[in-house]
Amino acid sequence: MVTLNHYLILSAILFSIGIAGLVVRRNVLIIFMSVELLLNAANVAFLAFAREQNSLEGQVAAFFVIAVAAAEAAVGLAIVIAIFRNRGTVKVDELNLMKN
Amino acid sequence: MLLILAKIIVPFFIILNIIPLLIWLERKGSAYIQDRRGPNRAALFGIIRLGGLVHSLTDVIKLLMKEDIVPTRVNRFFYFLAPFTTMSVACVTFAVLPFAAPVPWNGNFITLQAADLNAGLLYIFAIASLGIYGVMLAGWSSDNKYSLLGGLRSSAQMISYEIVLSLSVISVLMMAGSLEISQIVADQSAAVWKWNFVRQPLACLMFMIAMFAETNRLPFDLPEGESELVAGYHVEYSSMKFALFFMAEYTNMIIASAVMASLFFGGWQVPFLSTEFLRTHATEALKIVLAGGAGFHLLASVGFFLRGKANIKNKKWGDRRDWEPVILGVGALGIGLVLGAALIYVWPLVLAEKAAVIVTAALQAATFLVKILFFCWVFIWVRWTLPRFRYDQLMNLGWKKMLPLSLVNIMVTGVVLLVF
Amino acid sequence: MELIFFYIFATLAVVTALGVVVFKNPISSAFSLVISFFAIAALYAMLSAHFIAVIQILVYAGAIMVLFIFVIMLLNLQKEELTERRASFLFKGTLVLFLGLFLGVLVLILKPLSSGFGIVDPNFGTVKAVGQILFTEYWFPFEYVSILLVVALIGGVVLAKKDL
Repeated sequence: MVTLNHYLILSAILFSIGIAGLVVRRNVLIIFMSVELLLNAANVAFLAFAREQNSLEGQVAAFFVIAVAAAEAAVGLAIVIAIFRNRGTVKVDELNLMKN
Repeated sequence: MLLILAKIIVPFFIILNIIPLLIWLERKGSAYIQDRRGPNRAALFGIIRLGGLVHSLTDVIKLLMKEDIVPTRVNRFFYFLAPFTTMSVACVTFAVLPFAAPVPWNGNFITLQAADLNAGLLYIFAIASLGIYGVMLAGWSSDNKYSLLGGLRSSAQMISYEIVLSLSVISVLMMAGSLEISQIVADQSAAVWKWNFVRQPLACLMFMIAMFAETNRLPFDLPEGESELVAGYHVEYSSMKFALFFMAEYTNMIIASAVMASLFFGGWQVPFLSTEFLRTHATEALKIVLAGGAGFHLLASVGFFLRGKANIKNKKWGDRRDWEPVILGVGALGIGLVLGAALIYVWPLVLAEKAAVIVTAALQAATFLVKILFFCWVFIWVRWTLPRFRYDQLMNLGWKKMLPLSLVNIMVTGVVLLVF
Repeated sequence: MELIFFYIFATLAVVTALGVVVFKNPISSAFSLVISFFAIAALYAMLSAHFIAVIQILVYAGAIMVLFIFVIMLLNLQKEELTERRASFLFKGTLVLFLGLFLGVLVLILKPLSSGFGIVDPNFGTVKAVGQILFTEYWFPFEYVSILLVVALIGGVVLAKKDL
C-alpha cells in the first residue's frame, strides 16, 4: 500500500531533477521551468503531510505556493522579455556584464 | 464498471453523432438566412438526398481520401499532436455534465454523469484553458508566419475571454452554493422563473459572449477569418488532421451549448415539470410528450407540403430543387406518424415504477439534448448575422468593458445575497 | 490497486521531469513539463486534495505554461546546441543525482516505514473545507497574496513595455 515515504521520495526525486535542470541548463527559460518543478516537489511534500496529519493546513500552504508561483512566473517572464530586448540572448552565460 | 464505461462512451457517441447534424444545420441554415438553398446535390444511389444531409457523409469521405500533405520543415511531433489535443480536450468536458436527475435503481442512485467532481465547475474552466494549447501548437508548428500570427492572436483572444467566462459564472456559483454541476442544475428547480438566466441575466449574457469568443466563432472569428488570414492556424493542415480541427470546432460548440444550458437554462430540467411530478405521473407525461411531438411534426409536414406546392406552382427554380420542401415534409410526416403510432400503443398502458423512472430520465435527457441543439442553432444563427470584430475592438471589449461589468455583477450579487 | 496507480503517475511525473532537463528544443521541454503537471495533479487527487488538483491544472498547466510557451514562441527560441563542456555537464548531473539519493535515504531514515494513510472524512480537501479554513484562519495571507498578485500584474505590464 502507498505510504507517506513513497510520496516523500517522489518529492525528493523531483526536487533533485529540478536542481539538476537549474544547474546544468543555460537557457533562462528552462531554468525557470526547473524552478517550477522545485515548487511542485515542495507541494507534493506539503500535501502528503497534510493527508497524513489529517489537517488542511498543508493544503492551504500548497494553495499559496501555487499562487505565488503564478505571480513569480509572470514577473520573471516579463524580465526575460526585457533582457532579450536589450541583450538579444537568453543564454545565462552571456548575461554576465553589469553594464552594457 | 460497465456502468462507468457506458457513462463515458454514450456522451462521446452523442457528440460524434451530433457533429454531422450540425454541419448540415450550419450549411442549410446559413443558406436560408442568406436567401439561397444550400447544398442539396449529393445523393445516395442517385435518388436519396435527404435534403442535404448526405453532404455530411460525402464530406467525411472526401476528407478521408484527400492527400495528406505535410510541409517539410514542420516540427513533426507537435504538428501531429495539435489536432488530437484540440479534439480530446473538447470531448473531455462532457464528463461533468449531468444528463438527467439521479435515477433510483434497486435502492441506490445512479447519477447520469461520468464524474460528479465536487469541483466540477473549476474542471470546466481548467479544460477551457487547456483548449489554448491545441491552437498555439498548431499555429507554431506549421512553419508559416501567417499561421503563427493566427495562432497567437487566437490564443490571446481565448485567454482574455476566459477571465470573463470564469468571473461571470462566479455569481451563479454564489447563488447555488456549490461547485458541483449536478447541484447547480438541481438548484434551478423546474420553474422557469428560477432558472439562472432570469436570476442573473447579465451573467448569462456575458457568458454567452465569452463562449462565442472561446470557441472562436463569429463575431470573434478573426483568427480564422477566411478573408484576412487564410484560415489562420489550420492553414497547413490537410485531410484527416483538418477534419479533426473541423470536428473539434463543432465539438467546442456543442460543449459550449451544453455548459450554457446546464448553468443558465436549467440543464435537464423540463420546464414546469419537476422530477417528482414526472415520476408519479409518468404515463400522462409520456402521452403528452408523444402527442405534442406527433402534433408538431404533423403540422410541420403540412407547412412543408404547402411550401413545396407553392414552389412547384411558381417554378422557383424549374428543376428538382423545388421538390425539396416536399422531401422534408415527408420526413416530418414520417416522424409524426411514428410518434402517433407510439401514442396509440402507449395509450392503454400504465407504467410500473421502474419504467416510470426510466421514462423520466429519458425525458430529461431529451430536454437536455433539445436545449443543446437550440443553443447550437443560436451559435449558427449569430454567425451568419453579425459582422466580424476587428482584433483591437475584440480586446477592448474583453478587457475594458466586460471584465469590469462582470466584477460589478459579482459585487451586486453578493450584496443582494447578503441583504435578502 | 492504488499502488499501481501511484507508480504509473509517479513514473510519468519523473520521466517527464527528466524530459524538461534533457530536451534541446525549449517547446519540447515546456510540453514535457505540462504532462508532468498533469501527472502530479493526478497524484494530488490520490492524496484527497481535490481542490488543489483542479487548481494545479487550471493555474499551472493552463495559465503558467501557456505563458511560458507564449514567451518561447515570441522570442523564437531555437534548438539549443550542446557545445563543449560535456564533461562538466555529466559531473554536475551525477552530483545532483547523488543529492537526490541522499535526500531519499534521509527520508527513509527519519520516517520509518509507516503504515498507510489513515481514513479521512469525505469532506477532506473539498472546495468547501479548504475555502472555510482559507477565509477564517488564514485570511491574512489570503489578502496578502491577492495584493501580491496585483503587484505582479502591474510589474509584468511595466517590465514588458517597449520603452522602459
